[in-house]
Amino acid sequence: MEHEITLVVNGAARRVRVPARRLLSDCLRHDLGLTGTHVGCEHGVCGCCTVLLDGQPVRSCLTFAVTVDGAEITTVEGLARQGELSPVQRAFAECHGLQCGFCTPGFLCTVTALLRDNPAPTEEEVLEGVSGNLCRCTGYQNIVKAVHRAAELLAEEA
Amino acid sequence: MKPPPFEYHAPRDLGAALQTLAEVGGKVLAGGQSLIPMLNMRLAAPAHLVDVNRVAELGGVERTGAGVRVGALARHAEVARSGAHPLLTKALKLVAHPAIRNRGTVVGSLVHADPAAELPAVLAVLGGSVRVARWGRGEREIPAADFFLGPMESAVQSGDLAVSAYFPALGPRAGSAFEEIARRHGDYALAGVCAVVERGDHGHVESARVACIGVGPVPVVVDVTAATGGPAPPGRDPDWAGAARLVRDQVEPDGDIHASAAYRRHLVGVLAERALRNAAREADTVGA
Repeated sequence: MEHEITLVVNGAARRVRVPARRLLSDCLRHDLGLTGTHVGCEHGVCGCCTVLLDGQPVRSCLTFAVTVDGAEITTVEGLARQGELSPVQRAFAECHGLQCGFCTPGFLCTVTALLRDNPAPTEEEVLEGVSGNLCRCTGYQNIVKAVHRAAELLAEEA
Repeated sequence: MKPPPFEYHAPRDLGAALQTLAEVGGKVLAGGQSLIPMLNMRLAAPAHLVDVNRVAELGGVERTGAGVRVGALARHAEVARSGAHPLLTKALKLVAHPAIRNRGTVVGSLVHADPAAELPAVLAVLGGSVRVARWGRGEREIPAADFFLGPMESAVQSGDLAVSAYFPALGPRAGSAFEEIARRHGDYALAGVCAVVERGDHGHVESARVACIGVGPVPVVVDVTAATGGPAPPGRDPDWAGAARLVRDQVEPDGDIHASAAYRRHLVGVLAERALRNAAREADTVGA
């Protein structure tokens, strides 16, 4: 049996019919064509599929689309504004916070929420903040640098 | 890595949720941070899923002088942010990662009853309880000591819904601590110990209890009050090392690919002493 749901994805209401077992990650990628959300481990460990659900980072692979009917979702596609990269995205580019880029969408969503809630995090808070996202090639040094740089960019723009 | 098909139910209020559970049995879906991985890996294949995320009555964190009642839909992050209970706050920092804590629920973790999970130990060491409802039978309060039956097995039966959990407040001269060792940050611990120490009028140890995780089928609660050596003369510490030895000797851990039984037993001794000392230090601070 399929369910008709509405998700407000990156500001636009999207109606979609899904079976109950459709993971939010698959709904975004397959039903809505938003392939920026990556799927790594599909059991909540790697963090690649992290999106913002009503503003909070969650694992889209551990959420059924039907459960979050009516919710607001922000994916990596929704972070840039008017074609311009967000401060977090710019900081990752500037600091070489990505190499292959597979984990990057999850990091960007996580860090966007982290800096919104804590605009000037300590080193320890950054490490804890990104602890649920695995990177297997860049290494974390540049990612952590990028988070601090993003905090600076956000402060400059505020 | 996709969940098997199931019939989906999304009741809008508590009555409808209980009625649905009575009719179809099935698994309850709240935060889903343990259930959905199990579905994705096909370790579970329930015919019916009862999604309680729309049942508004199940939300909320209610704090009174005597303790904290946590509703079935209160997420880890929400409970931690509320700061409603110091030991709960400490334990929640050790539960997985921030994104998981935004979705996972405290009550769900208790019902899941993973022997290495932190929250069952918190409920056990505090002597808390879980309120369970069932269609046509009303609600019952199950004390922690009767709630955890075995690995991944709680007293919640098919057709039951755990509606809230109750964590008694710490006494005015009590301190708490949670210490654990995990291979990687945010993983389930190889072993862990939470402790509650209460000081008496003359600075002596009125009571000291620990609950250990990862070293038995359910949280292992040990009352170490007597082992601390009774009232210590001024300037002398209670015998925390002796208390920790007692804890170490009481657990019966299993070995697995992550750690041998002997290593787990060793860890519990070290962590028990650390947790007891930290809890005692906090008790001195809050009581001073």
